[in-house]
Amino acid sequence: MDQIIIEKIKQVKKGDQSAFADVVSFYQDKIYQHCLRMLGNAHEAEDMAQEAFIRAYVNIHSFDDRRKFSTWLYRIATNLTIDRIRKRKPDYYLDAEIRGTEGLDMYSQLASEERLPGEEVESLELQRYIHHEISQLPPKYRSIIMLRYLEEFSLQEISDILDIPLGTVKTRIHRGREALRKRLRHV
Amino acid sequence: MECNKESVELMHKYLDGDLYKKEEEQLRAHLETCEACQHHFHELKRTITLIKSAEHFTAPMDFTQKVMDRLPTEKKRVTYMRWFKMHPVLTAAAIFFVLMMTGMFASWSEDGQLVVSKQEELVIQGDTVIVPEGVTVPGDVLVKNGKLLIKGTIDGNVTLVNGKLISDDGSLNGEGLMASAGGVNGELETVDQMFEWMWYQLKSFLRGVFSF
Repeated sequence: MDQIIIEKIKQVKKGDQSAFADVVSFYQDKIYQHCLRMLGNAHEAEDMAQEAFIRAYVNIHSFDDRRKFSTWLYRIATNLTIDRIRKRKPDYYLDAEIRGTEGLDMYSQLASEERLPGEEVESLELQRYIHHEISQLPPKYRSIIMLRYLEEFSLQEISDILDIPLGTVKTRIHRGREALRKRLRHV
Repeated sequence: MECNKESVELMHKYLDGDLYKKEEEQLRAHLETCEACQHHFHELKRTITLIKSAEHFTAPMDFTQKVMDRLPTEKKRVTYMRWFKMHPVLTAAAIFFVLMMTGMFASWSEDGQLVVSKQEELVIQGDTVIVPEGVTVPGDVLVKNGKLLIKGTIDGNVTLVNGKLISDDGSLNGEGLMASAGGVNGELETVDQMFEWMWYQLKSFLRGVFSF
C-alpha cells in the first residue's frame, strides 16, 4: 500500500489532481478520526480534516519523498486542530459539561438513541466512555496518547509529527498514561 | 528502591521499550515484592488496552468528493495531457491536422516572393511574367505572387496563385475573358483565397499520390 501511495504522490506532484482522490480516500478515516478525537465535534472534525487534505495538496511540493507521507499528513492535521482549539470561542457544545453537574454533558440531556440489545451496548458504551475520557485530557497529552496507541506511531515518529524533542514526547506520554490510569481505574 | 517514583519511572520506560536489561531485572525484582507497584503496573497496562479499544469513527461517505471539490483547479496542461492519454487516436489525428495546417500556412505565406515555374520561354519583368508572342511554353505554368501576361501559347495548365492575369493592354481581365488572353491549351486556374489554395494543395497532393 505504501508503494501505491508513493506513486500517487508522485503523480500529484506532477500536477495530476485525480491521483489525489486515491490518497484522500486511503487516509480519510484516519485523519477524520484524528481530528474528531482532537476536537470532539463531528462538524468541526470534518471541516478540519478536509482542510488538512487541501493544505497537503497545496503544499505537496514541500513534502520530501524520502519521509513517510502519513507522518507529514498527521502533522498538518494536528497543527490545524491545535490551532482550532486555541482559537475556539467559548461556545456551547453539546459535549460541554453542564455547569453545576459532575460529568453530565448535553448529550445526556438528549433522548437516547435506539438501544442495542445486551453486550453490544455495553461494549459500545465502554468504547464511547474511553473515547470521552481521552478527549478530556489536555490537547498536548491527548495528541500523543492518540498517536501512540490509536494510530500506532513510534515515539520517534510522534516527535516528527509534533515537531517536539523525543524527550518531551516521552515525558508527555508518561503523564498522559498516568492521567488516564486515574480516570480509567474504576472501569 | 524508592517506591512510586523510581519504579514508576521504570514502568513507563518499560512501556516505551526503553528499558535496559539491568533495569528490567531491577523492576521485576521490585514488582515481586511490592504489591502497590504491582497494582500500579497492572493498571497502566490495562489503561493502554482500554485506550486501544476506544470508539472508532469513519469519515462521512462523501468526504473524498468534498475534498476534491474544494481543491484549487489544476493546471490546464495536465488536464490536456490526461485527455490525450485517454484518446490516442484523436490525439494523433489532431497532431496530423495541426502539422498539415502549419505546412499549408508556411507554403501560403512565403510572402511576396515571385514564384514562377521553370520554363526558359517565360520572360520576367518586375512582378510580371510574360509569355512572349509567337512562343509556345511547354508544360504547366505556375505563377505565384505575380501577374501573368499571355501573348503566346501555353501548352498546359495555368495556375495563378495570389496573382492576376492581365491582358495586352494592361487592363484587368475578367474571368470570362481569360481565354481570349492568348492561348492556353489547358485549364486556367486562379487561386487567391486561402481556402482555394488549400484545396489546390490538397488536389495536387492527391494527384501526386495517385500518379505515384
